[in-house]
Amino acid sequence: MTESTGPEAAQGSRSSDRSAGTNVLCGVLLGLGLVAFVDETVFHQLLHWHHFYDRAGSGAGLVSDGLFHAFSWFATVAAGFLYARLRREHAVRWRSLVGGLLVGAGFFQLYDGLVQHKLLGLHQIRYDVDLVPYDLLWNLSAAVILVAGAVLLVSARSRAS
Amino acid sequence: MTGGHATGGHSTAGHVVGGHATGGHVVSGSTVVAAALLVPAVAYGVAVLRARGRGRAWPWWRTVFWLAGLAAAAVVLAGPLAERAHTDFRVHMLGHLLLGMLAPLLLVWAAPVTLAMRALPVGAARALSRALRSAPARVLTHPVVAAVLDVGGLWVLYRTGLYAASTTDPALHLLVHAHVLLAGCLFVASIAGPDPAPHRSPPVLRAAVLVLATAAHDILSKTIYADPPDGVTAAAAEAAGQLMYYGGLPVELALAVLLCREWLGRGRAGSRQAGPHGVGSRRTRPHRAGSRGVGPRGTVLGRAAHGVGRP
Repeated sequence: MTESTGPEAAQGSRSSDRSAGTNVLCGVLLGLGLVAFVDETVFHQLLHWHHFYDRAGSGAGLVSDGLFHAFSWFATVAAGFLYARLRREHAVRWRSLVGGLLVGAGFFQLYDGLVQHKLLGLHQIRYDVDLVPYDLLWNLSAAVILVAGAVLLVSARSRAS
Repeated sequence: MTGGHATGGHSTAGHVVGGHATGGHVVSGSTVVAAALLVPAVAYGVAVLRARGRGRAWPWWRTVFWLAGLAAAAVVLAGPLAERAHTDFRVHMLGHLLLGMLAPLLLVWAAPVTLAMRALPVGAARALSRALRSAPARVLTHPVVAAVLDVGGLWVLYRTGLYAASTTDPALHLLVHAHVLLAGCLFVASIAGPDPAPHRSPPVLRAAVLVLATAAHDILSKTIYADPPDGVTAAAAEAAGQLMYYGGLPVELALAVLLCREWLGRGRAGSRQAGPHGVGSRRTRPHRAGSRGVGPRGTVLGRAAHGVGRP
């Protein structure tokens, strides 16, 4: 593409930058919320693998868990409103949105698996079993989701420019 | 009526419940308070009629919110639920959810200040408006202060001996209930209230406070689960802790939706210090006008729909 100059072009590219940012932000927030939701419904309520609170770990683990729980719900709501705004402005970019979603989901899954489960010892994936395969699967899947999201975001950027 | 019904044979298997004198005393005191809630109910009704009389419409659902909020508070202060809360910590926690979270959400979203502005004589409305702009009001309705009073108060209640003390001292019991209700109202109003707020904090700050307060509430519920307050059994504390954690979620979500709607939603009025006119008529509300100097009976509503398109 040829470089176009002038105030109009500059304004146009700035606003598309901003909407790309909004798409990524919307995706990341939704990804956080989605993982928290799956964690709560599948692992706590359906499988009963996770415990409400197993009294293990430090106060820091409890605080971290409380913050993430609170933030993930707020993030889900905020993502819904951001998506509605993108729709209204016909500015939905699926690549950026899904890329952001995967990055958000992978990041939270990895944070949960490494920092909250292992480092802070908040709670474990499952009890009375050999944890190694569970931990490996949990964290590897998280890493794969995170990398896939990053690849999508990079490809979205190169398509846009 | 079914008057003779209640006194009849309800003593299941010879299990007699009565006979705790202090409990009876507390309940009768609470009954007076619950009856006193009739005053705001009637006052709101009179104000709606006065506002209507002046040709100002008032949405019916705000009246429903007000009555439902008062009813939620009354149920906690008197009646069978209040009685059981003295002996059962799970019922006490249900009461906390109703009195400290649901009732404030409903009462604040009944927009009582806006209604008062419309119903009061001009002089009184001006005085109310001045009071809202005063320094104490500014401090109390700051989100951080309101959150500390609200959730911080709960931490003090459950993590010190205050809870145990409040179960034996009727006056303290009432004081705790009043604090829970009023601090809850302050918190809702400071995060996302419909009434005029001359010193409303920026949405980012309010969102951060909402997340932190929700987290503090969640953490408190888990510490109650793991470490019962004085005089509470482990089983009751576990049930109550989970009830607090999951039962608070709907109200926390509602606050998140109300805040995000104002912040990121269609109107996206960054400065929502709309005068008394902003409420009740969201659709026709001028977006950025009307944020300053509106008297109690301004005329902003008339020139409503001038499309404020974003550039």
